[in-house]
Amino acid sequence: MSMSVSSLPIRSYDPDETPATAASLSAAAQKRQEYLARLLDLAQSSQPVTRWVQELRDRAVPLVQAQAFPTTRDEEWRFTDLSALLDVPLEVFRPNRVSTAAIAPFVLPEASRSRLVFVNGVYAPELSAIANLPDGLLLGDLSDLEGDARLPHYLGKQPGSEELFTALNTVGLRDAAVLLIPRNLVVETPIHLLFVSTTGETPIFTQPRCLVVAEPSSAVTLIEDFVTIGAGTYFTNPVSEIWLEENAQVNHTRLQRDSQNAYHIGKTAVSQARDSRYTCNAVSVGAGFFRHHLTVYPNGEQTETHLNGLTMIAGEQVSDTHSAIALSRPHCTARQLHKCIIDDRAHAIFNGKVFVPKTAQLTDAGQLNRNLLLSPKARIDTKPQLEIVADNVKCTHGAAVSQLDANEVFYLQSRGIDAASAQKLLVYAFAYEILNKIPLASLRQTLSEFVTAQTH
Amino acid sequence: MIIENSPVILSVKDLTANVDGSQILKGMNLEIRAGEIHAIMGPNGSGKSTFSKVLAGHPDYEVTGGEVIYQGKNLLELEPEERSREGVFLAFQYPLEIPGVSNLDFLRVAYNSKRKHQGLEELDAFDFDELVRDRLDVVKMDPAFLNRSVNEGFSGGEKKRNEILQMALLEPTLAILDETDSGLDIDALKIVANGVNQLANETNAILVITHYQRLLDYIVPDFVHVMANGKIIRSGGKDLALELEARGYDWVLEAAATGVA
Repeated sequence: MSMSVSSLPIRSYDPDETPATAASLSAAAQKRQEYLARLLDLAQSSQPVTRWVQELRDRAVPLVQAQAFPTTRDEEWRFTDLSALLDVPLEVFRPNRVSTAAIAPFVLPEASRSRLVFVNGVYAPELSAIANLPDGLLLGDLSDLEGDARLPHYLGKQPGSEELFTALNTVGLRDAAVLLIPRNLVVETPIHLLFVSTTGETPIFTQPRCLVVAEPSSAVTLIEDFVTIGAGTYFTNPVSEIWLEENAQVNHTRLQRDSQNAYHIGKTAVSQARDSRYTCNAVSVGAGFFRHHLTVYPNGEQTETHLNGLTMIAGEQVSDTHSAIALSRPHCTARQLHKCIIDDRAHAIFNGKVFVPKTAQLTDAGQLNRNLLLSPKARIDTKPQLEIVADNVKCTHGAAVSQLDANEVFYLQSRGIDAASAQKLLVYAFAYEILNKIPLASLRQTLSEFVTAQTH
Repeated sequence: MIIENSPVILSVKDLTANVDGSQILKGMNLEIRAGEIHAIMGPNGSGKSTFSKVLAGHPDYEVTGGEVIYQGKNLLELEPEERSREGVFLAFQYPLEIPGVSNLDFLRVAYNSKRKHQGLEELDAFDFDELVRDRLDVVKMDPAFLNRSVNEGFSGGEKKRNEILQMALLEPTLAILDETDSGLDIDALKIVANGVNQLANETNAILVITHYQRLLDYIVPDFVHVMANGKIIRSGGKDLALELEARGYDWVLEAAATGVA
């Protein structure tokens, strides 16, 4: 395994480097470049509202222009072939109304008065519900809150903002879910951010955005939920930035249940100040092509980071989780458990990096990726990657790939349970370890039913 | 108990079976009648556990010859779950852990699959709860165990008690206990044995597979069989177990080799 701590999963941007000219490119490379130019056009076509957001957007444009559309020759995209996207002709979203009834299946009773809804990345106040929230809590769309002097300090400021798809999102930045929890406030009600994609005749390109700032000693439970109405094709490129200040606590559930024909390339960037505690429960069951790039930067001592992940895919789905925890200070704890359930000809990718540099002595880090293959054609590419330079640390990592254990199926059969039901029960039991960490009972129930129904 | 002319529950004739291509059972013969308790003892590798798994229908074990008639039916033609619903029960040497599935839900699914097979109405959660709480007493189990995941974090003794609780609910006609006593301290062993004794009656039969004579002080067998090299080489009453405990297996093996009974 490679052991270089400098290889953070970030493309460096060199402003002096000029992109290759079209003439010198192969036809395939030219197609990629044209597609990226098209995405940039679509992103720029949205109208920003204020000057500081416009400046942020303007700074992101050359970042995109300087980069090439990724291929499987790029190490970070080796197993994740994006070329099918190049054949999807995208349009920007033209508003269409979504009824309250249409989103009813996604409403969480625990968060019935703390919900923001975005339809194809555009704020939908008529579907949102905000009432009786504690004083000082900021929850709303960027366009309503952009006068708040604190926001420019955080928005677009996470490390890695220069990465291609993150910068692309910033180029089109207009609406954004904003949540700011003031100092010492413990928010009892979970906050639900619902990102709805609708599908129509033409595939659309959407770029949801989210900013969460948890001020010192505050605490919040956050549900980010990516859902679809309809089963069509679209490309969504969401970016979420989460800031935990000193001693803050964020319990974040990220649920991806997009259309089976969707492309979803998502980014979650998290920065943690000292003594803060961040948990991410990332559950991904939808999209034909899914990539989640989850990066956590614990920047102070004694932080805790818990990343729990569950991927459940079938058919021809491709689902890729790239995570990185870049530790930098002593006495920090990082725990990651990522599980994949892969059926049919589906393909899962897991690449989990944990960086423990010299400055991160007394780190306690553990990482495990467990995969359950339900079909002989199912595929997993896994690379748990621990890069340790510090010499006084406790670190473990590993990956396991298995099929359903014949002894386990037999045990259940010997109690009168038929083989198909036994399989459902065992798949559920495999998923349970992650599902059980989701803090909302209604969501746990929904997902448990999904996992059971999905197994065949 | 031995009952004159009681019906035959299990009849095994010249049974042979392979695991991974090598022959483990080499001509098993055994007849068990209603009301009887049989014990099979024997050295490691004699094929005891293989025999129990073949009876329960484990897919890794390939039957190559002979027959197994259970209550007049060809047992070998049935799927494992059908054998269970017909009243064959195997208490596992190493019970499986199923995180995320509550013991109560697991027991109810198992119980109802048998009810359904019998053409009876399935019990709802409320009625089943009442039934299971009643049966907990058989193995002196704390009701708190019902809400925990199946066998997860259970001690060895608790897992074996949980197996007997399943037996108490499923009320098998033929119960096979595969080394249920292994690894149990004396208190747990007494609880397990006492549970089995409460469940034994004149209409069912119990087959106990064990390494240790100690168990047979608590579950008193009507017949003791010694297995070696894939078949039964000697059968007797409960005194045979005591003799084996005192003298070991070598004399039985030698007697079998020289043809002296």
